[in-house]
Amino acid sequence: MSLSPDQIRRIARLARIAISAEEAQGVREGLNRVLALIDELQAVDTRGIEPMAHALDAHLPAGQRLRPDRVTERDRRAELQAVAPAVERGLYLVPKVIE
Amino acid sequence: MLNATLSELSAALAARRISSVELTGMFLGRIARLNPGLNAFITVDEERSLAQARAADARRARGEAGPLAGIPIAHKDIFCTEGMRTTCGSRMLADFTSPYDAHVIERLAAAGTVQLGKTNMDEFAMGSSSETSHFGPVKNPWDAGCVPGGSSGGSAAAVAARMAPAATGTDTGGSIRQPAALTGISGLKPTYGVVSRYGMVAFASSLDQGGPMAKCAADLALLMNAMAGFDPRDSTSVERPAEDYARELDAPLAGLRIGLPKEYFAEGVEPEVLARVREALAWFRSQGASTAELTLPSTRLAVPVYYVLAPAEASSNLSRFDGVRYGHRASDCADLVDMYCRTRAEGFGAEVKRRILIGTYVLSHGYYDAYYLQAQKLRRLIAKDFAEAFARCDLILGPTAPSTAFPLGSKTDDPVQMYLNDIFTIPAPLAGLPALSVPCGFDARGLPVGMQLTGNYFAEARMLGVAHRYQQATDWHLRVPRETPL
Repeated sequence: MSLSPDQIRRIARLARIAISAEEAQGVREGLNRVLALIDELQAVDTRGIEPMAHALDAHLPAGQRLRPDRVTERDRRAELQAVAPAVERGLYLVPKVIE
Repeated sequence: MLNATLSELSAALAARRISSVELTGMFLGRIARLNPGLNAFITVDEERSLAQARAADARRARGEAGPLAGIPIAHKDIFCTEGMRTTCGSRMLADFTSPYDAHVIERLAAAGTVQLGKTNMDEFAMGSSSETSHFGPVKNPWDAGCVPGGSSGGSAAAVAARMAPAATGTDTGGSIRQPAALTGISGLKPTYGVVSRYGMVAFASSLDQGGPMAKCAADLALLMNAMAGFDPRDSTSVERPAEDYARELDAPLAGLRIGLPKEYFAEGVEPEVLARVREALAWFRSQGASTAELTLPSTRLAVPVYYVLAPAEASSNLSRFDGVRYGHRASDCADLVDMYCRTRAEGFGAEVKRRILIGTYVLSHGYYDAYYLQAQKLRRLIAKDFAEAFARCDLILGPTAPSTAFPLGSKTDDPVQMYLNDIFTIPAPLAGLPALSVPCGFDARGLPVGMQLTGNYFAEARMLGVAHRYQQATDWHLRVPRETPL
């Protein structure tokens, strides 16, 4: 199947990526080429096959290890916020959300 | 020294024939001379490297040096380094400096290695040619008109041009092995879970795996001894006893059973690539190894399966780049959603956007079962193919890539043509298996050909041993590009 301009707009909105009018056609062509590739999967009969979510599935049947629910990290707020675009008094600043 | 293996460098440092400061200075000099043409490094800080080299020399003087102490190494710019920016080849992170080191960086620093700099790569490791970097394409040292492969193309070009004796890389669908093949070096993607992903910028978390890139298999083994190991900070890190990856380097080849999937020796592979791989096979047979044809029937599904699963995981992982906590932020935004949309439009390049959009689509309501769940079922079939093959053979051998290095710009117009480069490298990460690429000759244009060995889970030591025996009988891995003479 091939994606319509409306579908592309909806996906871009979900992905929070702005697409300009000039880019739209090129984006659509690229996506439709990839979709043609992955549509090949539809033809295969996979009834009865368990989905494999993870590479560890194949060699670690017990699955992922879980650690005890304890605080193990020290407070590094200052270092971690030092790389943020805008912070004030330990809070991240963003454009106004509610009027 | 520039063409020496890590063991030779290690011996020279131990015998005090050279200091780490001198060695690091030699490689920094070569970077200064060759990097403007090849664009293999994004960031180099000579003072910082030399300070680390002085510390390594001091450590050796105190008698505390291990085998890698004082050896300079380049790092793919996907590994977070405290005190040096980590860009991931993206405008989004062009000015980002991590407040902490990746596990791999910590381990290699603890071993006493010196950081030579951060290498160029496809943006967020999404690519097979190192052309999608915000910092411009990397050139192949064997032919500057050709790509070095990707996504770890900067690391591959740095080692191939002898700007670094070794480098780190990451592999999601072939990003260590394919560039290794296209630049005539050796590279290993370990079993999933062997090398911690902590501090490695995430692309597709169920596939991403860090690994070493170097001239030869023996060097890969030395690097693995430092890089691998359990890390509680990565929930997929495998908890198992430490192993010596060099322990089987001298194991005999007699009795080795090599499997040859008919799908890897098929139409669509350049005849010269197949010829070089067959020559290597003849040598293995002459050493007492046996070869048997087998089939991996789901191979043709691997590329489409990968291009559902990897974008799906990427769309989720890259949602963290929202302009709030780190990275680029668009200016003069009307509201929060406008800020997200414009930050991501400005910060990401075309290929990264394409994969996020594909991933968003295949995970969206009404399409999840048809694409994502279907791809996960087919992933199981691909893993099952390998399990059946390894009942009959010890290793699977074939070409790493269907062609040698291709011209810059020749595949950038059609994403699917670019994706098909990875047809032989995508299956191993889908199954979680280890695989490596080593050089096995050249085509008529003088471009390197790589062959891939895929092994069963945790078979790295055996695979490295097999590759090492081959490299003791050949010198492909010691050839230096004409364009970058020693």
